[in-house]
Amino acid sequence: MTCPPVHPYLVEALEKRFTLHKLDSVPDKAQFLSSHRDSIRAVVGNAAAGADAELIDQLPKLEIVSSYSVGLDKIDLAKCKEKGIRVTNTPDVLTDDVADLALGLMLAVLRRLCESDRYVRSGLWKKGVGFNLFLLQFSGKTVGIIGLGRIGMAIAQRAEAFSCPISYFSRSQKPGINYKYHPSVVDLAANCDILVVACALTPETRHIINREVIDALGPKGVLINIGRGPHVDEAELVSALVEGRLGGAGLDVFQDEPNVPEELFKLENVVLLPHVGSGTVETRQAMADLVVGNLEAHFLNKPLLTPVV
Amino acid sequence: MASPAADEDLPQVLLIKNPPAFAVLGEEHFTSTKFRYLKAFESSLPLHDFLAAHGGSVRAILASLSVVDASVLDLLPEVRVIATTSAGLNLLDLPECRRRGIKIANAGDVYSTDVADYAVGLLIDVLRKISASNRYVKQGFWASKGDYYPLGSKFCFQLRGKRIGIVGLGRIGYQVAKRLEAFGCSIAYNSRKAKPGVSYPFYQTVQELAAKSDALILCCGLTQQTRHLVNKEVLAALGKEGVVVNVARGGVIDEKEMVRCLVEGEIAGAGLDVFENEPEVPKELMELDNVVMSPHCAVRTRESLMEVGRLAVGNLEAFFSNEPLLSEFEDD
Repeated sequence: MTCPPVHPYLVEALEKRFTLHKLDSVPDKAQFLSSHRDSIRAVVGNAAAGADAELIDQLPKLEIVSSYSVGLDKIDLAKCKEKGIRVTNTPDVLTDDVADLALGLMLAVLRRLCESDRYVRSGLWKKGVGFNLFLLQFSGKTVGIIGLGRIGMAIAQRAEAFSCPISYFSRSQKPGINYKYHPSVVDLAANCDILVVACALTPETRHIINREVIDALGPKGVLINIGRGPHVDEAELVSALVEGRLGGAGLDVFQDEPNVPEELFKLENVVLLPHVGSGTVETRQAMADLVVGNLEAHFLNKPLLTPVV
Repeated sequence: MASPAADEDLPQVLLIKNPPAFAVLGEEHFTSTKFRYLKAFESSLPLHDFLAAHGGSVRAILASLSVVDASVLDLLPEVRVIATTSAGLNLLDLPECRRRGIKIANAGDVYSTDVADYAVGLLIDVLRKISASNRYVKQGFWASKGDYYPLGSKFCFQLRGKRIGIVGLGRIGYQVAKRLEAFGCSIAYNSRKAKPGVSYPFYQTVQELAAKSDALILCCGLTQQTRHLVNKEVLAALGKEGVVVNVARGGVIDEKEMVRCLVEGEIAGAGLDVFENEPEVPKELMELDNVVMSPHCAVRTRESLMEVGRLAVGNLEAFFSNEPLLSEFEDD
């Protein structure tokens, strides 16, 4: 059973091997779940929906949740562990894409790529209307990363090629890492030019970007979020941007996708993307292959490819 | 501030147009005790009339976005140095300058970083549809119409493993290469000649380079040899999944041909900071979502503008002190 919406290649691959039910195209979900409760053995989730406690309770024959994402915030991991339900995700294959996008957002915000493109398309350049924009230099800016996991490290490595000093916050300091560690997010925010959210979403990291952090980052600071919407207190972020208390933002994720606060639409120092962090042809395919591969391995009693639980 | 009497004794530096650095940051950052500015742009006289009246004893020009050719130089018989705030020298008649023994001081390495950053930014934008997606979201379409592109569609491309072809491996090209290597791209290049000590594969012609590249990044100067260097054959060699990024000069590309290729899907996309006939931009490009455009602003950061203005002043001060120029242009 899948949660919405799903990559056609993945759908095809799943349909070849399994009986596939698409939950998003079912008119009465409750009725569907109760009539199929004994036959559904696997759930394919993604960043938008996975398997929460309620769903797990409704599917007593559930053996495995295979998520088309690396984030696990939509899956009740504790409950899965308790019930012996396997969980897999798609780590590594999307690391590059998300890191590339983080850098793309930094460049787009600081160098005002989107605004420049809009200026040309509007015909204003031709009319001779001046473009008195202060573009900010990117190279050499201090990049502060929250969460130095696979994605955080990939971002650091790319930013280093632009001579950006790297600093980070993590649950604990990482041994053998040359980057500057800060013991709190506020401290990190106060000491960097560009703050990037690259950690997993857990109850502890919800609203890790709050008013205090935003104030510390300040009117010259830029926030980049390629994690999850709930990492950020969105209302605080919006008011800070509208009031000019934060210098700019590049956001790929939001509190309530696909709804994005409309106050941000007019802001040229903000770049908004529709959750496309892993959205390349190559990566989407690799992720789909992992989902299918994990499911196949499970049903053939072989070791899972990328198990989490 | 120097007293009026002392000021008048100072040698003059001609400013044909007001340099962006002066306009944006304020002229006070670029004054010197060794010279004063003669501002042609403040006069209502046409340039040549102004120079005929005032150019006789001018020994230096600070050129910025202005053409300096024989007709201008004829009216400035004492000029021995031109300091430019531009990386590109295509507006200066270099053979004429050489003939008259006029030295050129250019922007040196000042812009390399910012232009390289911009080129990488444009490339990522084109491959990952950043500007197009931002436009989509800001029109409210994500909520009303759904995802910008269907999952699984051939719309956005990965950077890792992409073959980057750099046209012109000078200071800017080299910085672009170093950055893109961090994204897992492989680098190859074409330049007037192979660079010793560089391990990237060298191709004799741009066409050969294009045939082996997923993206061409243009970082060369505009000269007679490079005009329309990227032509029909090169674009065909680049192919349907290929991307062009131009941070050099519009004239390096056969613009009409490139537009045709983009409209007809013969190449996959383009990131363009420069055009053949600025500020004219082909209207067909305005309709395309696989093109990212900017108004020749890759160098427009405070840092670069300040640095280039100061460098020009430094060069002029060196000249008036009979010292070697800080960033003399040597044509090799």
